[in-house]
Amino acid sequence: MIAIIDYGAGNIFSVKNALDYLGLENSLVSDAESIKSADAVILPGVGAFPAAMEKLGNSGLIDVIKEEAKRKPFLGICLGMQMLFEKGYEFEECDGLGLISGSVRFMDEPDLIIPHMGWNKLEKLNDCPLLNGLGDNEYVYFVHSYKAECADENIAAYSEYGGRVPALVFDGKFVYGAQFHPEKSGDTGLKILKNFGELI
Amino acid sequence: MLAKRIIPCLDVRNGKVVKGVNFEGIRDVGDPVECAAEYNKQGADEIVFYDITASFEGRGVFLDVVRETAKKVFVPLTVGGGIKTVDDIRETLRAGADKVSVNSQAVKNPQLIRDGADIFGSQCICVGIDAKKIADHKWTVYINGGRVDMGIDLIDWVHTIEKLGAGEICLNSIDADGTKEGFDIEMLKAVCDNCSIPVIASGGAGKINDFYEVFEKTGATAALAASLFHFRELTVGEVKDYCRERGVIVR
Repeated sequence: MIAIIDYGAGNIFSVKNALDYLGLENSLVSDAESIKSADAVILPGVGAFPAAMEKLGNSGLIDVIKEEAKRKPFLGICLGMQMLFEKGYEFEECDGLGLISGSVRFMDEPDLIIPHMGWNKLEKLNDCPLLNGLGDNEYVYFVHSYKAECADENIAAYSEYGGRVPALVFDGKFVYGAQFHPEKSGDTGLKILKNFGELI
Repeated sequence: MLAKRIIPCLDVRNGKVVKGVNFEGIRDVGDPVECAAEYNKQGADEIVFYDITASFEGRGVFLDVVRETAKKVFVPLTVGGGIKTVDDIRETLRAGADKVSVNSQAVKNPQLIRDGADIFGSQCICVGIDAKKIADHKWTVYINGGRVDMGIDLIDWVHTIEKLGAGEICLNSIDADGTKEGFDIEMLKAVCDNCSIPVIASGGAGKINDFYEVFEKTGATAALAASLFHFRELTVGEVKDYCRERGVIVR
């Protein structure tokens, strides 16, 4: 069973719809026990970094997330991906979950339309099981204004938008993060979610 | 590089797809869920549902359509029409929409844009604008389906909504709409050059080259069309192939 963490941030139903469509057993959860008993965990998120971390903190889930991400497949999506890093700089400096080394900063390159909204191409950088079966011309759907800054070894794929934007990141063990929305990225996104389900 | 988006729009009344031809002679054509799935198959980058239902009961049926579509179609879904309050936005997003499009109501109550952006994020607030030319390089904003001139300068309005937190603009040219003679390049250029949020071109698409032209000549990041796709004059795939062959980046 895949636990989708429901902490009051973002459109969790589209993630659920996509997993249902793929026949991957899942459940919306908001308590520590359900996260502990799940086979894999998805952390969605839309909105602002500090507000989302605060909500997660208020739900009392931060410690269990840090613990469970060491032993079972864990996927952060969009803001949920950004929160995997050590720090965020949206409005103010804010601690993230610290599951992957790096930080999240505003995309302030000149002449760039912000948010980075729309379909962009995945450029593979490192082998990653979530990219199994995908070709060289795969597009995924992004909506964000902040991007991760992290080591190349943690980047499975990036997209070009005013420089490299880490699109799919991982820690080489259980933790994965998608800056794009796999649940809104057509067949490519569904394949990535299917691959995640197969890690169980 | 970010791909240019091709977006089919479906007008929905009482749970059925319709297409207004010059706001008259509306006829039922099909099931919106099926239509959306077909567009998804053709490679649509996003799908827009526009609710033209007037009644309260119709609204419920419409949201059911959104809910069903969101279970089968995994590309972004934008929903417009009938959204007047923050609660309407919340209800629409909860039904499965990724973005809402507000038009007349945003003109009547601009605070709706700010409240929506603050609560749900700018990324899900698309502001639809219907505008008409009144002089050289000058356009005004209309509401109520292009029937009422608000006397507001288009470029002023674009600046206003950007400051209020709009995440995207869907710009419809009343002059071009329904003519099938191409997008309103001059108006789109004026708006794209005066804002830094994504602009969707709407109104006037009649032939395949119109899509290429709007991407070639303006900063529009997406192009929207309804009847052209709905009556199968073109498929989304044909439009994308045509643009791709000419060097436009599409998915």
